[in-house]
Amino acid sequence: MLRFILKRLLLMVPLVIGISLLSFCVMQLAPGDYLDQLRGDPQIRPETIERLSQQYGLDKPKATQYVLWLVNALQGNFGPSFTYKIGVFEVIMQRVYYTLLLAVCSLIFSWSIAIPMGIYIATHRNGLADRLMNFVAFAGISLPGFFVALLAMKLAQQTGWFPVGGASSPNYEQMSWLGKVRDTGWHLLLPVLVLGTRGVSGLMRQMRGNLLDVLSENFIMAARARGLAERGVVLKHATRNAINPLITIFGYELSGLLAGAALVEIVMSWPGLGRLLLESVTGRDLYVAMGAFVMGATLLIIGNLIADVLLAVTDPRIKFS
Amino acid sequence: MSEQLLQVRNLQTQFFTDDGIIKAVDDVSFEMARRETLGIVGESGSGKSVTSLSVMRLVLPPGRITGGEINWKGRDLRKLSEAEMRAIRGDDIAMIFQEPMTSLDPLYTVGNHIEEALRLHQNLRGDAARQRAIAALDDVGIPDAARRIDAYPHQMSGGMRQRVMIAIALSCNPDLLIADEPTTALDVTVQAKVLDLMKDLRVQRDMAIMLITHNMGLVAEMCDRVAVMHRGKIVESADVNQIFANPAHPYTRGLLRSIPTLDSAPKTPLPTLDWQPEPHQKEQSHLVEIAPRHWVSAWAA
Ligand SMILES: Nc1ncnc2c1ncn2[C@@H]1O[C@H](COP(=O)(O)OP(=O)(O)O)[C@@H](O)[C@H]1O
Ligand SMILES: [Mg+2]
Repeated sequence: MLRFILKRLLLMVPLVIGISLLSFCVMQLAPGDYLDQLRGDPQIRPETIERLSQQYGLDKPKATQYVLWLVNALQGNFGPSFTYKIGVFEVIMQRVYYTLLLAVCSLIFSWSIAIPMGIYIATHRNGLADRLMNFVAFAGISLPGFFVALLAMKLAQQTGWFPVGGASSPNYEQMSWLGKVRDTGWHLLLPVLVLGTRGVSGLMRQMRGNLLDVLSENFIMAARARGLAERGVVLKHATRNAINPLITIFGYELSGLLAGAALVEIVMSWPGLGRLLLESVTGRDLYVAMGAFVMGATLLIIGNLIADVLLAVTDPRIKFS
Repeated sequence: MSEQLLQVRNLQTQFFTDDGIIKAVDDVSFEMARRETLGIVGESGSGKSVTSLSVMRLVLPPGRITGGEINWKGRDLRKLSEAEMRAIRGDDIAMIFQEPMTSLDPLYTVGNHIEEALRLHQNLRGDAARQRAIAALDDVGIPDAARRIDAYPHQMSGGMRQRVMIAIALSCNPDLLIADEPTTALDVTVQAKVLDLMKDLRVQRDMAIMLITHNMGLVAEMCDRVAVMHRGKIVESADVNQIFANPAHPYTRGLLRSIPTLDSAPKTPLPTLDWQPEPHQKEQSHLVEIAPRHWVSAWAA
């Protein structure tokens, strides 16, 4: 298994390099660079700009610029942030932490709601809950994500029950350890609700469908014939078999989750990777933008790898290859 | 007369579908004594499986048992609570199915399946359950049982999986084994081995077998008595030699004419036989005893 994971991680390297090149090219599509903003400022002398240009290597040909970045990046130096005046790695790691916090909590939220509800409506088919969920799922699919996010912001603003955007209170640094956790949780609540509910209805329908398929399998009838109670049949045999395909789907839907997270981050000013990407692209902060692209891709690939490993662990028929 | 184990009286099981009511089992009566092997034969769709599932009370919606009695050792199974019924399933009455390839949960080891039954009915857990499970696998002729117990279903052949199903079924020493076309899905050579195993175990375990099949050759080899089903009804029932020597019902005679040679049992269902009840006979289904223990549908006798 370890060899499988190592192999996949190694295969990742050329892919990530390709993405960095792509993001570099995308950043060159718009004319000019970060220093153009400074050039328009009469307060800054041309010599200063010249010095900065040399310092950041922006005076060199594009190809050389990229190769220089790559060589440095392979040694762990991802370049400076023009805006933040610190290393790109530092900037990004903090944002990754917030994005992962948001994404993982939303994932846990949506799975822990969708799976039990999927089981319930599959075993109480055509009941009130099943029909109600049909409607809710329809509403969930047809409401655009940004609209829900805006609605949530409005709610926070009107009621004052939730913080309006951001990830921490101004006095965060002075809080005790427990206070920090509480503060983060409080800020996290609304973004997680917005991002998490997005996935619930789809996941629930899938769980319902999978479970109904599994419940008509022969081994389910065989389990009943052994004298197992229906509860045991559903929970031990049917549910595990119904969840496995969802793990595969999870790998595919990760990109959707990250895109959704970016949207929530931007609308609800959550300081995550997606927001950073937007800021750095509009601010022409070249290396931050490249770093954010690369990090986003890395998260996706690692997420897929985790899904594959998880599936191989839960399904004895699947071998690492 | 030997002790009665199972008496089914006027059993009716119907499916309430959008297209109407399907009378899958229509006024069926039969009896089984201890240690007796009863063959239930008939073409595909005649109601054999639904009859056996009714005895287990495992008919699912849109199906429902709508009438009759199922007396098991003097208790009517239809009157038991679901919990009482579960205590009987897998313990007193066990069942094996036609499709060994899909009858085991792919995510659990074969040992887990057997231990599940042992935990439910014998209150065995941990090492005690494991030892019993290994013994159960050993009893059905699975080589290297102590190692194979940790195998997953996909690591076994169809024949081996059917042996596992038999091991699960017999792990709690049932008095009745219902075998619904247990060899139909297997290769001919494997079929013979599994049948031999069932014959051996029947003697060792002192149990009755309800053998569902559409293979008259198999009936001749295995059964004491036979019930012939057609369109949800039993049209003839008798001791096995009676059926072969004096088939009274035209449908039975048709079945006998279509016996395949023993070593090339068909995997495909029998062709539909041309016998149909006369219109005016349709509503009557009373069986008449034309010879000792030989009953035939009245309107064909
Ligand atoms: N789930 C179901 N829904 C509707 N009808 C069913 C269902 N299961 C069985 N039947 C009907 O019951 C009849 C008997 O089926 P079955 O007992 O499976 O036949 P067989 O003798 O081949 O085992 C069939 O004609 C079928 O139409
Ligand atoms: Mg059948």
